[in-house]
Formats: sequence, C-alpha cells, structure tokens
Amino acid sequence: MTELHLNNVSFSYPDGTKALENLTLSIATGERVAIVGQNGAGKTTAVKLMNGLLKPTEGTVLVGDWNTKDFTTAQVSRKVGYVFQNPDDQIFHNDVESEVRFGPKNMGFEPERVDELTHWAMDLCGISEFADENPYNLPYSVRKFVTIASVLAMDSDIIILDEPTAGQDKIGLQILGNLLQVLEEKKKSVITITHDMEFVTDYFTRIVVMANRQLVADDNAQKIFYNTEVLEKSMLKPPAVAQMAKLLDFPSGILSKGQLIKVILSQRGQ
Amino acid sequence: MTIMIDLKNVSYRYPVSDDFVLKNISFSIEKGKFSAIVGNNGSGKTTLCNTIRGFVPHFYKGDLDGEVIIDQTKMADYQLGQLGEKVGYVFQNPFIQVSGVKDNVFEEVAYGLENLGVPVEEIKIRVEEVLKLVKIEHLRDKNPFELSGGQRQRVALASIIVMDPEILVIDEPTSQLDPIGTEQIFDIIRLMKERGKTIILVEHKMDLIAEYADDLLVMHEGELVMQGPVREVFADPEFEKYQIQYPHVTEIALQLQKLGTALSFIPIRDEELAKALNRTGVAIHD
Repeated sequence: MTELHLNNVSFSYPDGTKALENLTLSIATGERVAIVGQNGAGKTTAVKLMNGLLKPTEGTVLVGDWNTKDFTTAQVSRKVGYVFQNPDDQIFHNDVESEVRFGPKNMGFEPERVDELTHWAMDLCGISEFADENPYNLPYSVRKFVTIASVLAMDSDIIILDEPTAGQDKIGLQILGNLLQVLEEKKKSVITITHDMEFVTDYFTRIVVMANRQLVADDNAQKIFYNTEVLEKSMLKPPAVAQMAKLLDFPSGILSKGQLIKVILSQRGQ
Repeated sequence: MTIMIDLKNVSYRYPVSDDFVLKNISFSIEKGKFSAIVGNNGSGKTTLCNTIRGFVPHFYKGDLDGEVIIDQTKMADYQLGQLGEKVGYVFQNPFIQVSGVKDNVFEEVAYGLENLGVPVEEIKIRVEEVLKLVKIEHLRDKNPFELSGGQRQRVALASIIVMDPEILVIDEPTSQLDPIGTEQIFDIIRLMKERGKTIILVEHKMDLIAEYADDLLVMHEGELVMQGPVREVFADPEFEKYQIQYPHVTEIALQLQKLGTALSFIPIRDEELAKALNRTGVAIHD
C-alpha cells in the first residue's frame, strides 16, 4: 500500500536547465496512469523524481510517508521500480535469468521467494524460453521485456514503465496489455510513459498530459482526446479511432474500435 | 526501370547458429521505390536489412547462400567501405549509432563525410542543410550523449542523409518518437523518395506505412511470405494469418465486413472509411 504524491515539484539540472516545473500529482494505491506528451515534455524527468533517481529542486515527492529527499535511491527503489527507456542502460548480466533474479536476490528475499518471483516475472513478460540466452542476442523489443521482468521481480508496490511500447509488435503489445491486468489484480500502481495512443485508449482511463515541462491535463481519455485545446497545447495526435469518428462526423467521445463499429452498425440498422 | 536491390534465393544463418534466419528469399526493388518491411519481432527484418547493406556477410560471418546484387554489382565484389557510400543505414537503436568520438551534434553529423575525405567547406554546407531538414539546428552544440531518445533518433537519421547514399535502409526510425516527431521523420523520408532515393524501411506503425510506402514485404519466421503494393497486401486475406498489426482503419473495416457490412473496397487510410462505407460524409446527429 503505497501512495505517491508530488507537491509543486520542480527540477533543474546543475547547469540551470529546467526540466520540470511545478508538478502536482497524486497516484493512489493500485491505480494505472498513462503519461503522454511530446519528446522533451518532462515525462522521464517526472518519473525519475518518483523513484528517487532525481531529487526535486523545489517541492516534495512523497512515496508513502517517505520524502524522497531523506532516502537514497536504493531505498526508494524498493517501493518504486523504474524500467528505463533504453534497455541497454539497465541490463548487465550475461543471461536473462540472472538479470531478472538479481533484483529480488539483492532485496534479500528468501531463496524460494526469489525463485518464485523470477519465474513469475519471466512468464508474465513472455521471456521464459530465453532464460539462458545472453540478453544482447535478443531483439531490442525482447530486451525491453527482460528489463520489465527484472523490475517486476522486485515486487515493488509502484512500477514505472518508460516507453514499453517502443518497437513492440502486435504480440508484444498483447503481452503488455495482459501484464497490466495482472498487476492491477495484484494492486500494484503502474505509471506508463508511451507515445502509442491506441495503447493508451485500450488500457488506461486516467491520462496525464505534459508539455513544455508542465502538466497540461490530468483527466480521463474521453475528455482528453476530444479536447482541442489540450491536444493543440501538447501537440498530441488523438488515436486513429477518434480521427475516423471525426471524419465520419460522429458525436464526440468514441475512442475504441468496438465503439466505432457499434455506431457504424447502428446507423445502418444492423 | 533500373533494379537497385536484387536478392535471389538468399538464405543466411549467423555463426554458431543451427537455424537459418533468412530462408530462400528472392525479390527485386526498383530504383526510387519506397518499400516497407513488416513482420513480427524475430521474423528476420533486421537481418534482411543487414544483408542489403552488406554487413552480412562482410562483417557478420556465418553462411550466406544465394545472390545479393546491389545496383548491378554483386555484394561479394564490393568493399564494405564502398557500400557505406552506396547504402546508408540508420540503426534501430539510436543509442548505439552515435559514434562516441564527437562531442557535439554538428560534428557528429559531419563525421561520415570527414571519413569520405569531403572538402571542409562542402561538409559545412551539407551539414547545415541536413540539420535544417531534420529540424535539429537548435541541437548543433549539444553533446550527442545528452540528447533524449527522440532527439538522438533524428541525429542518427541526419548523420546518414548527409552522406547522400542512393539507397537508404532505415530500421524503425521512430520507435522513440512522439506522433508529431514520427510524422516529421516520414516527411523527411518522403523528401528522400522525391529525390530519387531507393528506400527500405522497417516499421511497426502500419498507418504510416499505408500513407507513405509504395510496396510491402512481409516477413514471417525468416521467409518472405508476401510482397506487392501496400494496398493489395493489406487487402489480401492471407495477411491476417501472420498476426501482424493492420492499419487501424483496415482492422475496423475487416471487422465490419465480418459482421456483414458491405464495403466497396478495403480502406487503408483513415479518410477512406467513409467512401468504403458508401457514405458521403453527411452528418447524422441524434
């Protein structure tokens, strides 16, 4: 049970470059949130503040009742697991299973629990068949799943996925979708950065939109993808279904393929 | 038409591997065509790219059967350096393409031309032009290692375009980019096509392939299972069995068809749906 609170958080790099301005955001236990926005909007900075990789220059980040300023990244990462955007920044073992096993082992869990978590995470990420492979022999998209499994195996309450959809094919997207369901059942909070708006509408109701280092909107998908002002400000492209619905002059609010098909069929009296 | 890329019964397996990752692949690509290679991960797309740019067999050893002919010359008769001028390759992962020997973006983009011995004045002109084209002028003094994934992806593309190769092989150039940045990259690729370049693109974003590419090559477990004009391949019922993403509008159209809705054709672009449904776009509101 860990809530996450960012209160008026700003971050500047030592050279003065501002990366995030005045972000206030709360994420409840077990909640699933998508963060979207242009490259350079501050998304990755925001999530790195959540797991203590970065400490705020102003404001406070509370993980449960911990102020991240008072704890080391190693301590915070027991509660908030972060999967790096680039898998190659994260992987350092010669085979997949050792990579996944490292986290739970390092947490000091009992050997049985380490085993259990390692296998659970590898299965969930669809990489069990590669257990003995060197991660660098695997395609980028599969390496990404190796890094996701490594973080899931640490069993933290909050999990952050930084662009898990990048380079994923249809099968990869299905694995991700399933993984989100399983994590929800386990009451994990999951924060996902993605550029894939179809993935967002398929699996997320709460969407946080960022632009120019600031929060632009924090709302449900219908409100965001049919809000011209938010879309323009954040330079977001609505999902294909919303664009098709608009071209067909349908009333606003349609986001999923199923909804669109239903409206088309009903108009044809089917 | 001139054939730019010609593969005849090409099979390949990596060293110490038992399995062939490319199995008996044959196709020809005409000069100036924009072809997209699609297929699920592990289907052999990147290996196929590596074959076209000569890394198989010049750099990766292993067993290569069949014939690869680039611009009328057999692959075996090229030096790897010559191929570098003929075939530009943009890496899938922009994090590994960056050379690591240059400390700002301008010099990074100039690096390839320096190695080709291009005069300094000409390098400056060409780099300026490309920085503008790819919209990264503002990054010129930044260290390539301090850039975000999306920015690096643009630098990677710029570093190749600047060398002006006849063939561009681009492996998932937009995986780290936001939707607007993705469209900008596709616009640059289109510009390259207008300049007569032959383009091979690996990409998972089918909506963009439907909008920009001429032809589609479908890979499945190391085999080239389908090829032809983009529209024909997506409309072919066989495509469905390879479990590859469709353009979103095509997926919707096919579902409607299964539910008994008559379509005048299979749409592959969003704006075609109304026409396929024989609607004129007249507003129907409750």
